[in-house]
Amino acid sequence: MKILVTVKRVEDYEVKIKVKPDGSGIVTDQMKYVVNPFDEIAVEEALRVRDAAGSGEVVVTTIGVADAQQQLRTALAMGADRGVHVLADGNVDPMMAAKAFKKVIEAEKPDLVILGKQAIDDDQGQVGAMLAELLGWGQGTFASKEDSLESDAEKSKQPALKIANGRCEVVREVDGGLETLSLAMPCIVTTELRLNLPRYASLPGIMKAKKKPLQEMKLAELVPGAEARVKVVKLEPPKERKAGIKVPDVATLFDKLHNEAKVI
Amino acid sequence: MSNVLIIVEQAGGKPKKATLAGITFGQQVAQKSGGQVHFLIIGPGASAAASEVAGYGAAKTYVVEGAAFENYLVEACTPAVVTAAKACNASIVAGAATSTTKDLLPRVAARLDAAMASDVTAVVDAKTFKRPMWAGNVTATVELTSNIKVCSVRVAEFDAPAKGGATTATEKLDIAVDAGAMKAKFVGRKEVKSTRPDATTADIVVSGGRGVKSAEGFKIVEQLADSLGAGIGASRAICDAGWVPNDLQIGQTGKIVAPNLYIALGISGAIQHLAGMKSSKTIVAINKDPEAPIFTVADYGLVGDITVEVPQLIEKIKQSR
Ligand SMILES: Cc1cc2nc3c(=O)[nH]c(=O)nc-3n(C[C@H](O)[C@H](O)[C@H](O)COP(=O)(O)OP(=O)(O)OC[C@H]3O[C@@H](n4cnc5c(N)ncnc54)[C@H](O)[C@@H]3O)c2cc1C
Ligand SMILES: Nc1ncnc2c1ncn2[C@@H]1O[C@H](COP(=O)(O)O)[C@@H](O)[C@H]1O
Repeated sequence: MKILVTVKRVEDYEVKIKVKPDGSGIVTDQMKYVVNPFDEIAVEEALRVRDAAGSGEVVVTTIGVADAQQQLRTALAMGADRGVHVLADGNVDPMMAAKAFKKVIEAEKPDLVILGKQAIDDDQGQVGAMLAELLGWGQGTFASKEDSLESDAEKSKQPALKIANGRCEVVREVDGGLETLSLAMPCIVTTELRLNLPRYASLPGIMKAKKKPLQEMKLAELVPGAEARVKVVKLEPPKERKAGIKVPDVATLFDKLHNEAKVI
Repeated sequence: MSNVLIIVEQAGGKPKKATLAGITFGQQVAQKSGGQVHFLIIGPGASAAASEVAGYGAAKTYVVEGAAFENYLVEACTPAVVTAAKACNASIVAGAATSTTKDLLPRVAARLDAAMASDVTAVVDAKTFKRPMWAGNVTATVELTSNIKVCSVRVAEFDAPAKGGATTATEKLDIAVDAGAMKAKFVGRKEVKSTRPDATTADIVVSGGRGVKSAEGFKIVEQLADSLGAGIGASRAICDAGWVPNDLQIGQTGKIVAPNLYIALGISGAIQHLAGMKSSKTIVAINKDPEAPIFTVADYGLVGDITVEVPQLIEKIKQSR
């Protein structure tokens, strides 16, 4: 079983992002970068699927600046086997990313490709389904599971994706409930938050990761002439809410809602 | 001139309420570009739903019916959208952001080689849109430079559409689907049955977080909601814990809501949660920690224990009715 997982370098989700005064970008001084949380979940699922199958390989890939290698190393430290770094500077929009991943996939020929449902920097949520279309594959977006993250099934680290007879069964989180699809493999899966709880990289894992193979290529060579067609014209901070008040008790709260805001 | 194709979602022959935001978006784009709006409705019941949106000023409504579309699998729906887009010479294809369109529209974009903007919150012109990034900490203005463009539209940011214009003509499109050749097969669905209004379109939403302590403790959220006829929501923490269905999650990676009144009970107010509710008109927070970040966005904050305060509030509401 060969599984390819995409891993994006993003700003730490605990940092409050601020826009530069001229609106040209965000303030990145002393910024901490992490693996996109959905992609950590994707790596975890891939490791579980590989280990449940008893053999196979998990290849992690990223598109990004030279420093994005750190995020590949994090995924390798979690237990992935090999990395492919597509070097790119500047704005890469989801369609460009999907076209580049298609090239990587054509070379690697995985049985399963797992992406995050969305990158928490651009919040687009597009690459997985775009990639499925470019490849002509089936897609299982928003993969989740019925058991909660505090269940025994999760504690025993079983994969949520059910793979048998060349098909992958995916439980999807949709508006109003859960839906199950069975996909012919190879296929695309994108992760929802409730798919699993990703493991931390162990110290021996981090040491081992330093020696794992990491291949580099250039985006411009993979998809010649591609340019971002989602052009970011400017960034601005969102409208701030004006500060509210604290009320001393329920009686006052009710009075404010009834007579001042007139909402109940 | 740019024509717009809006995907109108329906269930049982009725347009879904969330879908109306997409229609409003379409009207705004058409007004700025001088183009026409067209609708596309897919699935069993599409014809009935078409008659319900006939008053919203579309030039035409395309209808795609048949059992092959019952479960909205993207491999069946993508050709339907692309065919309709070509038929009306659309330069923008869009729909309200729901789990169906989030699955479908990027696939449509790839087939049309279109650039896409997700969760659009405002129309600047026929190719330039505003959308949130970094959990709503940043508002980006983006320009889509491809010939055909695809957008999903944030429901909470668009008012209900205006009626107007002549009654819309409908046209049936025949889309051949080879079910045997499809890579995905539908296995089943587990619906969370609810008699309460959907949080994304409800007038009032009451939400609970880890402060409710357990699945049983969430009842207090439901009781307050029912006393107000409100929809319900939850923080990620308690969805992950399995106390409530996942579909209740509100936030950056869950549902986005902007009701008239949002009441947060025992929710700390992490950035990712705020991203899903801070456009609400009036926000109320009840939390026992006076420093909880939720109070920075609350119009009315009450520091207290929800198990004590909420029953009193329910009592007050009942007395007033
Ligand atoms: C990639 C990513 C995406 C995420 N997406 C989302 C998302 O979409 N939505 C979301 O909600 N979160 C999301 N999160 C999680 C988010 O960061 C927070 O962890 C989560 O919102 C916390 O939930 P909470 O407020 O219920 O719990 P806590 O932070 O534990 O807060 C519980 C609150 O309850 C109060 N409390 C406790 N007991 C009582 C009582 N008896 N009476 C009154 N108050 C009480 C406490 O003072 C505390 O403020 C995401 C995180 C990541 C990393
Ligand atoms: N530059 C990138 N490098 C690696 N993975 C990416 C990149 N961009 C997008 N992805 C993957 O695609 C998913 C969805 O991204 P997006 O559509 O941008 O929200 C992410 O969770 C990643 O798994």
